[in-house]
Amino acid sequence: MHKQAILLGSDAIAHGVRLSRPEVISAYPITPQTHIIETLSEMVDSGELKSQYIKVESEMSAIAAVLGSVSTGSRSFTASSSQGLAMMHEILHWVAGARLPLVLVNANRALGAPWNIWSDQSDSFSQRDTGWLQIYCETSQEALDTIIIAYKASEQLMLPIMVMIDGFILSHTMERLLVPDQQIVDDYLPAYKAPYRLDPDNSLTFGAAAHPDLFYELKKTFSETMTEALTVLDQCQEEFAQKFGRCYQPVMRCPEGDEKSNTALLCCGAMTGTVRVAVAELNKNGTPTDLIKLRLLRPFPNRELCEALKDKKQVIVLNRACSYGVGGTLSQEVRAALYNLPQRPLINDVMISLGGKEVFPETITEVVENREQLSSVECNWLDS
Amino acid sequence: MQEIRFHGRGGQGAVIASRILAQALFLEGRYAQSFPTFGAERRGAPVAAFVRADDTFINIRSRVTKPDYVIVMAARLIESVAVTDGLKKGGLILINSDQPADSFNLGSATQSKSPPPYQIITINLNRIALEHKLGNKIMPLINAPVLGALAKVSGLVKPESLIQALPSFIPARLADNEKALRQAYETVINP
Repeated sequence: MHKQAILLGSDAIAHGVRLSRPEVISAYPITPQTHIIETLSEMVDSGELKSQYIKVESEMSAIAAVLGSVSTGSRSFTASSSQGLAMMHEILHWVAGARLPLVLVNANRALGAPWNIWSDQSDSFSQRDTGWLQIYCETSQEALDTIIIAYKASEQLMLPIMVMIDGFILSHTMERLLVPDQQIVDDYLPAYKAPYRLDPDNSLTFGAAAHPDLFYELKKTFSETMTEALTVLDQCQEEFAQKFGRCYQPVMRCPEGDEKSNTALLCCGAMTGTVRVAVAELNKNGTPTDLIKLRLLRPFPNRELCEALKDKKQVIVLNRACSYGVGGTLSQEVRAALYNLPQRPLINDVMISLGGKEVFPETITEVVENREQLSSVECNWLDS
Repeated sequence: MQEIRFHGRGGQGAVIASRILAQALFLEGRYAQSFPTFGAERRGAPVAAFVRADDTFINIRSRVTKPDYVIVMAARLIESVAVTDGLKKGGLILINSDQPADSFNLGSATQSKSPPPYQIITINLNRIALEHKLGNKIMPLINAPVLGALAKVSGLVKPESLIQALPSFIPARLADNEKALRQAYETVINP
């Protein structure tokens, strides 16, 4: 059913892609994502993965190439990071607007200037409004699994999905995980049958203009499908849990947290692992703290988040992307969602890391121990 | 949980050594995690790599700050890098050097007359590597023998597991690397 392995995060992701059997791969190298597509090109070269690998001269061409291939009904894959993802921006809108199912892995890395190769979530948070679903992963196992889930959900919804892993923190770390067998993945994820596709024998118009009333109508449908995506994704994750024994949800309470505590930390991505260690320590030392991990940024799981945080008095949001002039981007999302609660917790916007600034368990315990001093109006930046 | 910190120079094989160790620990049924310091992979520049070993999944992802074991692959790094930073009481530092252990003045340990709170062990890994023609005089490749020495002085991992892990990371001169690993295991002096 599966094989125990110890792999670099990038290799684990490449296996997730291999098991999903994309027919076309196109990508352009950029640190720290390069290892993913290098491993995939080796898999294609050795025949382990039967896929067409299209070499391109930029990220703009990579996303354009897979926009084309998926339009013909071929399951496709691309990956990028940082400036590379930013360069894809225009086409990201086109892929989503055209209702094309595609999976893109982004190795989260800061955007320049100044030049910085290390991890934060500015690159993908900047693509929040392109109409892609966005899922953030904590471990290499979660990344491998999420790629398989993402293909299934994407093809049911006819919407593209971006899967995020933290550059270096996951991509360059070797850790133990289970690699599923091809057969069980095939059973979960059947071949993609496009409901409409570019086909010379059956002509259809793609990328046609839409006048104002039709445009408005299409975008309304798009928005409704995005809301329904929560249900579809839940179904896909539920079926995955049944087949593979690993359960994923858009909002996950971590067992290290104290569910009854008044204070909760909220974060997303690989940093969650280190926060788990800090939260276990806090609870052991008499500072009850809960921990909520957010996996899904788009569509935003408003209801699930309200449910998880409705009895809290204070929610500390740990941000790794900034909307300059407002504060942490994730905090703004959480504030908007929790506004619907009859009794709203205080929300502290904490900029915990940008550009790879390292987060130690002590970084987190200090924030929580000094929580009375945190502003609930301004963004809280750490003392350097 | 055991935490190991490797200090080396870019090109010496510190990162590969950390991966071989992680794989060997995995082969013994343990959970292991290995990662390098990111972004300074220039040849000759000081680099560090980290390994954690535990019996359950390892959540923490920040770099190792309180190691049980420190490995210094180039003795002169001690002049510029605070290699003993955070080294646990009762821990161990393994230095690649032709000098005896008591010739090393390591940080605060030298300020008082009492012995340092950790063991210092030296072994001339460059000589072992060159005997097996691994690398050259300027840059001997010591990632296999350093693990042999570590296995002996720490008891962390069996040399057989390391040898089993080697082929995934060292595609050339496998037999020579194995011999160097065994020689370091057998000759390192464990005080």
